[in-house]
Amino acid sequence: MNFDFSDDEKMVQDQIHRYLNDNCDFSRFRSVLEGNEPYSEQVWQGLAEMGVQGTAISSEYGGVEAGYLTLCLAAKEMGAHLAPVPFSTSVYLFAEALARYGSQAQKEKWLPLIASGQVKGTIAVSETLEEARADNIATSFKDDQVSGSKLVVPQGMVADVAIVLARKSDALTLAIVELEGVSRTPVEMVDPTMATSTLVFDNSAAEELGECSDGWDALADVHNRAAVLIAFEQIGGAEKALEMAVDYAKERFAFGRPIGSFQALKHMMADMYVALKLAESNCYYAAWALQNDSVDFALAAATARVSATQAFQLCSRDNIQVHGGMGFTWEFDCHLYYRRSNYLTLMLGGLATWEDKLIGALPAADAA
Amino acid sequence: MDFSDTKEEAVFREEVQAWIKGNAPEYLYEPLSTSGFGSTRTGDYDPLAEAKKWQKKKADAGWACIQWPSEYGGRGATPIQSVIWNQEEGVYGSLSRTFIIGQGMCAPTMMAYASEEQKQRYLPKLASGEEVWCQLFSEPHGGSDLAGLRTRAEKDGDDWVINGQKIWTSGAHYSDFGILITRTDPDVPKHKGLTMFFLDMRSEGVDIVPIKQANGDSGFNEVYFDNVRIPDVQRLGEVGEGWKVSLTTLMNERLAIGGSIATGFPEIKALVDELRVASGSAIEDSAVRSKLADWYAKSAGLQNTASRAISALSKGETPGPENSIGKLVAGGMMQDIAKFALDLQGLPGAIMDPEIASGSARLQAMLMRSPAVRIEGGTDQILRNIISERVLGLPEDMRADKGLPFNKIPTGN
Repeated sequence: MNFDFSDDEKMVQDQIHRYLNDNCDFSRFRSVLEGNEPYSEQVWQGLAEMGVQGTAISSEYGGVEAGYLTLCLAAKEMGAHLAPVPFSTSVYLFAEALARYGSQAQKEKWLPLIASGQVKGTIAVSETLEEARADNIATSFKDDQVSGSKLVVPQGMVADVAIVLARKSDALTLAIVELEGVSRTPVEMVDPTMATSTLVFDNSAAEELGECSDGWDALADVHNRAAVLIAFEQIGGAEKALEMAVDYAKERFAFGRPIGSFQALKHMMADMYVALKLAESNCYYAAWALQNDSVDFALAAATARVSATQAFQLCSRDNIQVHGGMGFTWEFDCHLYYRRSNYLTLMLGGLATWEDKLIGALPAADAA
Repeated sequence: MDFSDTKEEAVFREEVQAWIKGNAPEYLYEPLSTSGFGSTRTGDYDPLAEAKKWQKKKADAGWACIQWPSEYGGRGATPIQSVIWNQEEGVYGSLSRTFIIGQGMCAPTMMAYASEEQKQRYLPKLASGEEVWCQLFSEPHGGSDLAGLRTRAEKDGDDWVINGQKIWTSGAHYSDFGILITRTDPDVPKHKGLTMFFLDMRSEGVDIVPIKQANGDSGFNEVYFDNVRIPDVQRLGEVGEGWKVSLTTLMNERLAIGGSIATGFPEIKALVDELRVASGSAIEDSAVRSKLADWYAKSAGLQNTASRAISALSKGETPGPENSIGKLVAGGMMQDIAKFALDLQGLPGAIMDPEIASGSARLQAMLMRSPAVRIEGGTDQILRNIISERVLGLPEDMRADKGLPFNKIPTGN
């Protein structure tokens, strides 16, 4: 048995880690947070030069074809560094939807542009204040045009192109829409660094994904795959939040001793570690299942997603608690992880949705 | 990543499978597989006799304690071979619970500190199950604070004279030998005045009294020492070095890898698949689904963490401290699952009779046994201390007794 990433995979991770350490510290995130730029063009281009956007894209379409295991480790670094770039929407969602459901011509057109970083993509789903369901999508697809309004689109302010979930007569479909000329309005979000916007389509030119027969099922499939990658972002963030808490608890003194010597805080951090470790192991398994199209992939993805969401939420929340009052200042970086963790929790549907999917994916009898 | 065996591992696995197929006590398969939680059912047969029989059979064929050197009754197998053995032995492995303390904790201590002659004398019989060992550590006044123990050992000629009391000693009533930690010097700080011995459990002055547990079972004992004499040659390690010796024992607490750790998940899943509640089928209820998903994710997390440890073993690495989370997670989860399962059924959920209750009352047994899981072998709180200090590197606890001679430490009575 070898349940670990290979040296080659870890080497790529290390390169991305070093690049982000040198070029993407918290000041980058804050620059976007404070509205100086909608995303970091510099980091996006730097990643593109290393070919990171094309990690799992086939070489036939201009990618590096290093596989999903490598992409998972890249995702972990994105999460750890809170990289303020439209990586998840372009790579895990737009490119995956294309690779899974695009026609040959569509793949040839779009995947090389994503792989090279020339184009930023996203996916547009939610329309109302309720979680998206097959029965609350009104945006219409007709005669190669879409019309309607999407309420919250991650990276909607910066994306060049979107996959849009739309109603085509009675069924749902997925269509590619170039966003030039589409009306966009920024939406204030819990994590403002995700360049989230409303998109309003008014007879915008659209092209259905060539191999998509049922838009809702296809979306669920794409979400399952993205869930594994987002889960790696979540454990990357959770690990950093825990590290921040531990470092602070060793340095900060109260009552004449480091606060990290108080059991109330030690045990809180031990629980953060436990949640992270369980999530990390589930993520490893899901990475394998994604790479190998394992029969239990849906279960593995939901399991990784549920535990990574729990771990990042716990670690980012209690990191603030360990920091005390200072943790609630704008100046300290604790809220950056708290914001990101809460955004990522909801990005593909909330925790309850994934818990439900997990149970739905369990075999009927004895499953542990 | 690759979940299959290496070529060598596959060959070994086949050899193990073939031997088990030809030799395992198949007549025990049924009762062992349906054992209630925390018990080993052997149907009409005596559990201790069957455990010894299977262990002896394994030993005679070279399949007992396979990681031990062959001169002490093992076969010098690698850690990964040991994992493969555990996986293949499966349900029959539960028979070996009788020997876990002796083989898993006493033996490594003997290997590190006993004389060569003693190792030759005791280890092979420990491996074969002909002699059972127990570990005499915990005391009424020293559980989590083990180094606070009070049992005295005083030198008298070539012997040591032991007086005091141990508690929570598993299997003392059927053990032949035990390792015993004592206080030899109360005038120095607590960790410095301890000394380790091994002794014959049938020595004069040893009195064993079973403890009736909160759940009604009796798996543990109190052991009283009244002027028990132990020859100095049975001392393990130097006088005053008992703490160091005990760490060898405790660090060898068997990694629960290869086998599966009980969490209660399969039991509650089976229950809710069948059960109906006010809203309809329990498995369709959103509150049930949410709880179940959380527990599944945790139990899968434990399983996948164990796979990573096996993977590390397979590469010749030592699994890291991540494996210490197993009992911490499983114990609390089992208690939560049991409580929730009973709650879903209303008053009938409180039925303990396995003939009447759903799932042979395994969940009810878990409810009553799980408090102990959260205490034995390191309480939840001690485990969190270990994780925060040894894994996260947080400062040690402030100790009010630090540097004080043992006999000056406040005791509250």
